[in-house]
Amino acid sequence: MKFDTPATTNPIDKLKVVGQPTDRIEGPLKVSGTAAYAYERHDVEPKAAYGYVVGAEIAKGRVGSMDLSRAKSAPGVITIVTAQNAGPLGKGNYNTAKLLGGPQIDHYHQALALVVAETFEQARAAAHLVEITYVGEAGEFDLAKAKDGSKPKPINGSPPDSKVGDFASAFAAAPVQVDATYTTPDHAHAMMEPHATIAAWRGDELVLWTSNQMIDWSRGDLAKTLGIPKEKVRLNSQFVGGGFGGKLFIRADAVLAALGARAARRPVKVALQRPLMINNTTHRPATIQRVRLGAARDGTLTAIAHESWSGDLPGGKPDSAVHQTRMLYAAANRMTATRLAVLDLPESNAMRAPGEATGHMALEVAMDELAEKLGMDPVELRIRNDTQVVPDGASEQGSAPKRPFSQRQLVECLRTGADRFGWSARNPRPGQTRDGQWLVGMGMAAAYRGAPTTKSAARVRLDTTGVVIVETDMTDIGTGSYTIIGQTAAEMMGVPLASVRVRLGDSLFPVSAGSGGQWGAASSTAGVFAACVKLREAVAQKLGFDPEKTTFADGQVRSGNRSAPLAQAARAGELVAEDQIEFGDLSKTYQHSTFGAHYVEVGVDPFTAEVRIRRMLAVCAAGRILNPKAARSQVIGAMTMGAGSALMEDLIVDKRVGFFINHDLASYEVPVHADIPHQEVIFLDETDPTTSPMKAKGVGELGICGVSAAVANAIYNASGVRVRDYPITLDKLLASMPLRA
Amino acid sequence: MRAFSYERARTPQDASIAVARTPEAKFIAGGTNLLDLMKLEIERPRHLIDVNGLGFDKIETTQDGGLRIGALVRNTDLAAHERVRRDYGVLSRALVSGASGQLRNKATTAGNLLQRTRCPYFYDPAQPCNKREPGSGCGALQGINRQHAVIGASQACIATHPSDMAVAMRVLDATVETLAPDGKTRSIPIADFHRLPGDTPHLETNLAHGELITAVTLPRPIGGAQIYRKVRDRASYAFALVSVAAIVQPDGSGRVAFGGVAHKPWRVEAAEPAMSRGAKAVSERAFTGAKATEQNAFKLPLAERTLAAVLAEARA
Ligand SMILES: Cc1cc2nc3c(=O)[nH]c(=O)nc-3n(C[C@H](O)[C@H](O)[C@H](O)COP(=O)(O)OP(=O)(O)OC[C@H]3O[C@@H](n4cnc5c(N)ncnc54)[C@H](O)[C@@H]3O)c2cc1C
Ligand code: SF4
Repeated sequence: MKFDTPATTNPIDKLKVVGQPTDRIEGPLKVSGTAAYAYERHDVEPKAAYGYVVGAEIAKGRVGSMDLSRAKSAPGVITIVTAQNAGPLGKGNYNTAKLLGGPQIDHYHQALALVVAETFEQARAAAHLVEITYVGEAGEFDLAKAKDGSKPKPINGSPPDSKVGDFASAFAAAPVQVDATYTTPDHAHAMMEPHATIAAWRGDELVLWTSNQMIDWSRGDLAKTLGIPKEKVRLNSQFVGGGFGGKLFIRADAVLAALGARAARRPVKVALQRPLMINNTTHRPATIQRVRLGAARDGTLTAIAHESWSGDLPGGKPDSAVHQTRMLYAAANRMTATRLAVLDLPESNAMRAPGEATGHMALEVAMDELAEKLGMDPVELRIRNDTQVVPDGASEQGSAPKRPFSQRQLVECLRTGADRFGWSARNPRPGQTRDGQWLVGMGMAAAYRGAPTTKSAARVRLDTTGVVIVETDMTDIGTGSYTIIGQTAAEMMGVPLASVRVRLGDSLFPVSAGSGGQWGAASSTAGVFAACVKLREAVAQKLGFDPEKTTFADGQVRSGNRSAPLAQAARAGELVAEDQIEFGDLSKTYQHSTFGAHYVEVGVDPFTAEVRIRRMLAVCAAGRILNPKAARSQVIGAMTMGAGSALMEDLIVDKRVGFFINHDLASYEVPVHADIPHQEVIFLDETDPTTSPMKAKGVGELGICGVSAAVANAIYNASGVRVRDYPITLDKLLASMPLRA
Repeated sequence: MRAFSYERARTPQDASIAVARTPEAKFIAGGTNLLDLMKLEIERPRHLIDVNGLGFDKIETTQDGGLRIGALVRNTDLAAHERVRRDYGVLSRALVSGASGQLRNKATTAGNLLQRTRCPYFYDPAQPCNKREPGSGCGALQGINRQHAVIGASQACIATHPSDMAVAMRVLDATVETLAPDGKTRSIPIADFHRLPGDTPHLETNLAHGELITAVTLPRPIGGAQIYRKVRDRASYAFALVSVAAIVQPDGSGRVAFGGVAHKPWRVEAAEPAMSRGAKAVSERAFTGAKATEQNAFKLPLAERTLAAVLAEARA
């Protein structure tokens, strides 16, 4: 199905199943511990040997010598894989650094060997007997230093620099100016389930049970790395215990399990050890961002500039922190610039809302600073500068300037949020409000995130008992894909959700959009929609009904005054239909985006400067909400992550050695329950017929955008201290907070 | 983790002798610290002697009205004990501010005292660390040391002791009871139990090899407002940047010990007469000779301000 004209009324609009706050269909499996994740697929490979990864102990240089003799003779050891004995290896399209290093070492904890043994304990013990000497080289690990040598790099396929009007003159002439630099640190995905794989060779075919967000990309990359045809690789990720972008690509566990299984001649399982994960895999890069805003006294923005610097290994990509600045506010004169420095730290890559997550942390604090200088309410400042067209023509390649947003309810989000949160009670003078001992403050931020869609296929079966079975390689990374896909099929086929089975995450199934970039929900359900349209036709034909005039409801198929139970169509044999949704030019005609507003109240302890979030509210306008319960879970999870980046998350770089020192979950702190107060989420009523037949967008990434800035602004309002260097830990507040108990 | 043998001791004496005669043997109690370190091969014992089941899991009143806490009493049980909550509130509060419920269910009194530092270089066997590998250097000294000690440290090591419980025990003047392989018992005042790093940061206490902790005793309760205030980067499940254990009497006099600032719970008795004059006076004296790094200098004002918060709470 080609989607190139806006959707009209379709069966989804009935909203009998879609749009309902249904519980997750796989929820009982997960809460009862019976959902088998990759490393736990004892059902398919009960006798897998265990692999343990040896990581490089320097950041840059090469292996001087590697002595495997003691490890090889340790009890239980079957084989040891190294770059020396693995045979020629390629590199995946989506990987920057090699997944098996040696002799050259590109980053700390890059995998250098896999020790395979009968038991996990034996593999681990033997791994400590691998003796490696290193020849180190000097590297660059400090973004602030490397910044000067950085180079322009495109972001999201659009040019690194954008320019509209004459920023410099307009900024110089602006009566009210903000010019501030913000820094955000490296962040870890820190998902609960580590990267893990069981690999088995079936002749020349490789099967991997792995934890991955993008089955088809990863199937291709694994084939490319191993130098085998893509058709010879099967990937299965039926459950994924969190990814956040860290599992968009294959990682060392998958490649090493495959190599280990080949060398051991039996299935091998590998889970990246937690202390290795942080330096071995990818992370969100640190940024340095300079934002300049010029405004007239009435708050009208006349000049906006946003420049961002980040670093990555050679051949890597920059963080697209400036992206939302091309989209959010009107101003006649503007510029953005994106620069990438070469760093020898582990590989930077996507993490939940890459670009916007960090970008809002700068832009939305700068807006708060501007509001204060103007003596204007921060909500009103944003409303004053709203735009219904893309303000920055350079933002999307090949698209006409002044493209309209298909839907843009930013103002409604801001106003609804202000109203529901009780924003009018905020004292704009910082440091004035007390509740008992606590200094209390409120902050807000706008939220923007693109709503991309991408082609997605699915197969639907109507089995002989009338059960509808959906198959697609779409993944559920904890997001609710199983459920919304089931809801889509149920709605389309006119059956209750209980009559639908959903099978996901296997490369045996049609290729879907996968889980990433907030495109998964809208795209994959549209693919299921397309396949169901075909199945409906097949059903109608089978029953001798006119497909054009046939309706599906309550398990019945009706046409004119004739009707038959749905199951009847498949009585003689299962009906199967497959299709994919392809998206035409509507996303060029219109800018597809999601919008939101975050409101946060914090308390700051006047003695210790500890910050405690007291209330959080998000208002989202993000197209049709396919399942309000699942969507709410996404948004509150994202708000929690945003609270983490505001207050504590920080991969700390030892700039002498070149690694993240806090490489476990005890020392990379993410919020715990006690950090997160009552959270409220409001979805505005919205359907967007230009995005997909589902009229839906995504929310999983929108939810994090702006949260950290809202927290930062609330801290300022509470304490009077403006911290521009995240995370806002108490030591950064303390010095500027005189003790006045 | 290296392969190791395991034995369950039958008597305290057996346990002590078993460790003493094997150079690379260790006691294991809850295992919440030791096993983690063994998996990373930071601890590499060849032999473990399990001291659970030796009857050290009781809390008893002593003759002078104090408390004798068995070495194997779980942190959860100790925190919840009626007399601890009533008479030694600072200890109960310190315990529940540490780790998580699950860990406290396993963690023991002796194990908690002997838990090792959380210095990230100590935890990464690829990095130099005098505590883990004497003579290899200190990764933290010129590296990342925001969490590290501001007083009592040395050029060899600037690590902190991570225990919350020990800070409360220090302010309560606890005594550590031990049994040596030769059958002799000792009572070590908590002040003399932990060591400063000096040139030998790998030696953390004054226990001899094979010396078994049997109990910790607390003297008679001294009343007062007993407060434990732990300041950290998140609201729970994190080690202290700074903590304050204080007992404040109605007349404003009192005692205070600090956590998160040194290689051991930090208490300077000579500073305590200043309690009634406020936090500044006390911390100036308690932190005389402090030497902070650029990254952890904030701990000095933080310690003073946390104490100010505690004194305000005690007054309220
Ligand atoms: C994730 C995490 C977070 C934590 N957070 C905190 C925190 O916030 N605050 C805090 O205070 N603690 C915290 N802890 C540490 C926890 O309190 C300790 O791990 C625990 O108290 C150790 O007790 P255990 O009985 O398990 O000791 P074990 O691990 O069994 O032993 C520790 C050491 O004590 C020795 N030992 C044990 N018993 C005896 C004995 N009777 N005589 C002589 N030697 C003995 C062992 O040989 C070993 O060297 C945390 C731990 C973890 C894993
Ligand atoms: S501070 Fe102590 S524990 Fe940390 S690296 Fe230095 S010697 Fe090791």
